[in-house]
Amino acid sequence: MNIHEYQAKEILKSYGVKIQHGVVVDNPEKAIAAAKELNKETGTEWFVVKAQIHAGGRGKGKVNETGSNGVVLAKSLEQVPEKVKGILGGTLVTHQTGAEGKVVNKVLIAEDVYYPGESEPKEYYLGILLDRAKGKNVIMASTEGGMDIEEVAANTPEKIIKEWIEPSVGLQGFQARKVAFALGLEGNAFKEMVKFIFSLYKAYESTDSSMFEINPVLKTSDNKILAVDAKVNLDENALYRHKDLAELRDLSEEDPLEVEAGKSGLNYVKLEGNVGCMVNGAGLAMATMDIIKISGGEPANFLDVGGGANAETVESGFRIILKDPNVKAILINIFGGIVRCDRVANGVVEAYKKIGNISVPIIVRLQGTNAEEGAKIIEDSGLKVSSAIVLKDAAEKVKEALA
Amino acid sequence: MSVLVNKDSKIIVQGFTGTEGTFHASQMIEYGSNVVGGVTPGKGGQTHLERPVFNTVKDAVDKAGANVSIIFVPPAFAADAIMEAADAGIKVIITITEGIPVKDMITAKNYLEGKEVTLVGPNCPGVITPDEAKVGIMPGFVFKKGRIGIVSKSGTLTYEAADQIVKAGLGISTAIGIGGDPIIGTSTKQAVELLMDDPETDAIVMIGEIGGNYEAEAAKWVMAQGNPKPVVGFIAGQTAPKGKRMGHAGAIIGGADDTAAAKMKIMGECGIHVVESPADIGSKMVEALS
Repeated sequence: MNIHEYQAKEILKSYGVKIQHGVVVDNPEKAIAAAKELNKETGTEWFVVKAQIHAGGRGKGKVNETGSNGVVLAKSLEQVPEKVKGILGGTLVTHQTGAEGKVVNKVLIAEDVYYPGESEPKEYYLGILLDRAKGKNVIMASTEGGMDIEEVAANTPEKIIKEWIEPSVGLQGFQARKVAFALGLEGNAFKEMVKFIFSLYKAYESTDSSMFEINPVLKTSDNKILAVDAKVNLDENALYRHKDLAELRDLSEEDPLEVEAGKSGLNYVKLEGNVGCMVNGAGLAMATMDIIKISGGEPANFLDVGGGANAETVESGFRIILKDPNVKAILINIFGGIVRCDRVANGVVEAYKKIGNISVPIIVRLQGTNAEEGAKIIEDSGLKVSSAIVLKDAAEKVKEALA
Repeated sequence: MSVLVNKDSKIIVQGFTGTEGTFHASQMIEYGSNVVGGVTPGKGGQTHLERPVFNTVKDAVDKAGANVSIIFVPPAFAADAIMEAADAGIKVIITITEGIPVKDMITAKNYLEGKEVTLVGPNCPGVITPDEAKVGIMPGFVFKKGRIGIVSKSGTLTYEAADQIVKAGLGISTAIGIGGDPIIGTSTKQAVELLMDDPETDAIVMIGEIGGNYEAEAAKWVMAQGNPKPVVGFIAGQTAPKGKRMGHAGAIIGGADDTAAAKMKIMGECGIHVVESPADIGSKMVEALS
């Protein structure tokens, strides 16, 4: 589960990680008061206004309505409301949001941490994530702060420092020191970085996170180390033991159809194509999307109805797919194991009659337990539904439907 | 021979008396799998499905000689169940449970290191050696006996592959569902290795999906061995977008190596018979064997 930068920073702070302080607002009228509060707390006279959306690239991204960037600097208290207005309520388009962008419902007004001083401020990258192949967490660090880490990994892999954490003993002091030295730090900044890494790892472990990305981590001109941005991804499977974190979910960041599907116990991901699909099992669902593409269509969604496909799940699946105006045909692909195909077929017929007025062609492919009986039920129903048993036939029928 | 499970496996079910455990244990028994009992803490001494219930896995090993366990325990307690099975000396632990927290699996996998035990899953359909033992939730009738091994991250897609193999006039030696989670006990390569070493397996179907590097690792290993048996490969998720979790916790494209296209390319370069369409698995296998 993704959360916002301001929420991630709150979490980090509660584990003793130093952060760039800020106050979040959802209304331009609150901007001045927020900036004043921040000035009182930190002494900052410049303010960074940051759009809070679940996507990266905000600094370079543009707000459709105003042309403002998603992260801007206000060089005085007076400038803050105008800068906030340029972002709040607008639609921010970044390289990660897609062309439709994301509406900004909240902005973070943050202190300026790039102030001049005894040394030059310098940005670093720090991440913690799961190394799937090793089954261990790994700390990744780089001197190339502020850059896309995938680019750094591709172009200059030698600039990425990795430390794997042994599950039985956890993060050790020498590992944190190794990272801090490898980043070229010394003196107070070195000590601060070691502390930063320890607190950060503690936060990662304690919150059951699956990914932390602090980009950039900043060494300030007075040699403090703090998190300027924070991307935190929480392990959804572990949310049952973190009720407080579960509440950080922002439904407005998610596709409304995906939220609705989730309520019906369906696993749905909205895509851009023209052929909807409904499948039992995640792997088969992806494979069905691939079949649609090979047949000349584009999948409109991923939809896994799970192990217990029945009339109700089929009906909610139908309703969700049909809400997508791009859908020109629907392919239902069920491999009946424990689920019997005749039951699924009855479910399809019932749902079809109940919804009524389905104008797009539907192809039902049933295979496995009672597949023949299922196909017969579909054929005999008199509905505009065609059935297939072999996957190849289903692909052919999708092709015909699109022609 | 066959791999992991056979007619001599002495199987116990952890989470025996729960809804899932009860349903699938009865199906396994009906299939003919040698289920010698089950474990539900606090219900030891009872009889369930005409088989003894034990309080601990250790009791099941001591009293019923169990050496294979299948786990249906809910996610919050599943990692503990895996470690209990390993501690008791179970040799093959098959974990069906979906939704185990990653942190718990890191602990469990670490605990298993250095022990003589194979963990399959979690979040998998299990393992079946047709006509001998079904230790999983798959529809047994689809898997007709034969000489093709299957390794797959997915459940229903495994059934699809098995069905195509059978309809092509071939059959299955052992099918191993390795699971769709980010951390799993048996990797694609390890499962392929088992089947390569199995004298009852002539060829292998290897089904992967987006996310992780298991398929590439397996393909490179197959090539390094000199491609001793033909392998037909498919990767689900050629049309999956980046950064979106596709049902399985592990099915997410993070970087460039995670994509179906990248994996299929490496597999092709390693001499795997790659199919672009999941409808071609059966026919490709016939072609690869001829």
